[in-house]
Amino acid sequence: MYQFNYHRPSTLEEAVGLMSGAEDGVYLSGGMTLIPTLKQRLASPSDVIDLGAIPGLTGVTVNDGTVSVGGMTRHAEVAASDAIPALADLASRIGDAHVRNRGTIGGSLANSDPAADYPAAVVALCGTVHTTTRSIAASDYFTGLFETALHDGEIVTSVDFCMPDVAAYEKFPNPASRYAVVGVMVARCPGCICVGVTGAGACAFRAAAMEEALAADFSPGALDGVSVDHSEFNSDIHASAEFRGHLVGVLAKRAVARIA
Amino acid sequence: MEITLTVNGAAKAVDVPDNALLVDVLRESLGLTGTHVGCDTSQCGACVVHMNGDAVKSCTVLAGQADGADVTTIEGIGNPDDLHPMQEAFRDNHALQCGFCTPGMIMSAIDLVQKGGGALDEAAVRDGLEGNLCRCTGYHNIVKAVLAAQSSM
Ligand SMILES: Cc1cc2nc3c(=O)[nH]c(=O)nc-3n(C[C@H](O)[C@H](O)[C@H](O)COP(=O)(O)OP(=O)(O)OC[C@H]3O[C@@H](n4cnc5c(N)ncnc54)[C@H](O)[C@@H]3O)c2cc1C
Ligand code: FES
Ligand code: FES
Repeated sequence: MYQFNYHRPSTLEEAVGLMSGAEDGVYLSGGMTLIPTLKQRLASPSDVIDLGAIPGLTGVTVNDGTVSVGGMTRHAEVAASDAIPALADLASRIGDAHVRNRGTIGGSLANSDPAADYPAAVVALCGTVHTTTRSIAASDYFTGLFETALHDGEIVTSVDFCMPDVAAYEKFPNPASRYAVVGVMVARCPGCICVGVTGAGACAFRAAAMEEALAADFSPGALDGVSVDHSEFNSDIHASAEFRGHLVGVLAKRAVARIA
Repeated sequence: MEITLTVNGAAKAVDVPDNALLVDVLRESLGLTGTHVGCDTSQCGACVVHMNGDAVKSCTVLAGQADGADVTTIEGIGNPDDLHPMQEAFRDNHALQCGFCTPGMIMSAIDLVQKGGGALDEAAVRDGLEGNLCRCTGYHNIVKAVLAAQSSM
């Protein structure tokens, strides 16, 4: 690891102030992505600003059909909450127990790894990402590979999800890391049916053609012959773009089968 | 920077560089070399300790993040004359060969059993130890040991 200055602010204002005063600062939450990156010398920030001592950023609360998850809430805490069973199930399958004991939803969403699990839920459950300066709808939040709408210095403070009638998450995990080669969340809400896909493209997205087919007939068979365009999908040592396209269909059907 | 923490029940104050890891504090500053480092990628779990009641990878926690924390390492759970039931179960079931992964396995397994409410089956143990890699045993006897310790703990 390169040298850096470590800070542990106790308020959001202090954290934002430290960031704007730093030459090349970076926020730290669970550290499950950032610390391995630092250890491999893939990043050399001047200052690491730890958000871990700021109170009020953790917990899962339910209010009028909206489930709010604090930005510093650990995966293990989401996995243990019964607010949205499909979200808890998703969180319980992130990485391993140790990663879930440290990693946070805010860190995962700020990082926007194409193979991360939470983004599928954020798009499928009509999520809203709240930050120190504004609220960003899921449809505007994910902008590309490891890219989000977040500005420099902006901190993810909480994430809101719509409470679905039913929802299910299915993933094809990488056998070594458990990251999603592809992950699909299907949610049936009072006003909509959403299919959120992660792992396949540069960032999470909704599969509109599948949503239309399921709106007409909410059954796995309704997805027969409905394909997603895989021409822009990720292709790497784990899976080709074509295989990822195939997985989206298989996993969507499995998710529907669990809740139809 | 100086941090203070409780390690195996004793208060400690150590002066470390800002980029020190918790595992460096344990091994280098405090001489607790039972906690191992097996990888550079946060994947092997040889470094697992308990921090504020949760199993964590001490190679992926900055020293500063552990300021004020309560940490338990493999040295804090038993001794050669009075093994922890999990250690006893590992011995009885031949759950180790070279022993490199064992401290992390045992710390993970204790957390798993403590939170499992006595209801762990083989699949739950295998899933719970997903973050601990062993190059020797093939896991079979480790799983047997954890299930045995679930009854004895
Ligand atoms: C072995 C292993 C397996 C894993 N498997 C999976 C998996 O199966 N699925 C999965 O989804 N993930 C997986 N992960 C990643 C894990 O979920 C991380 O916890 C997560 O991606 C990042 O969250 P963090 O809290 O650890 O963030 P950090 O590592 O602390 O930070 C990540 C990035 O986000 C920024 N950041 C952090 N918090 C905020 C915030 N509140 N506001 C703004 N910016 C912020 C940081 O500056 C940094 O750039 C795995 C990680 C490991 C080590
Ligand atoms: S040393 Fe491998 S996970 Fe910590
Ligand atoms: S006993 Fe050798 S690595 Fe597990």
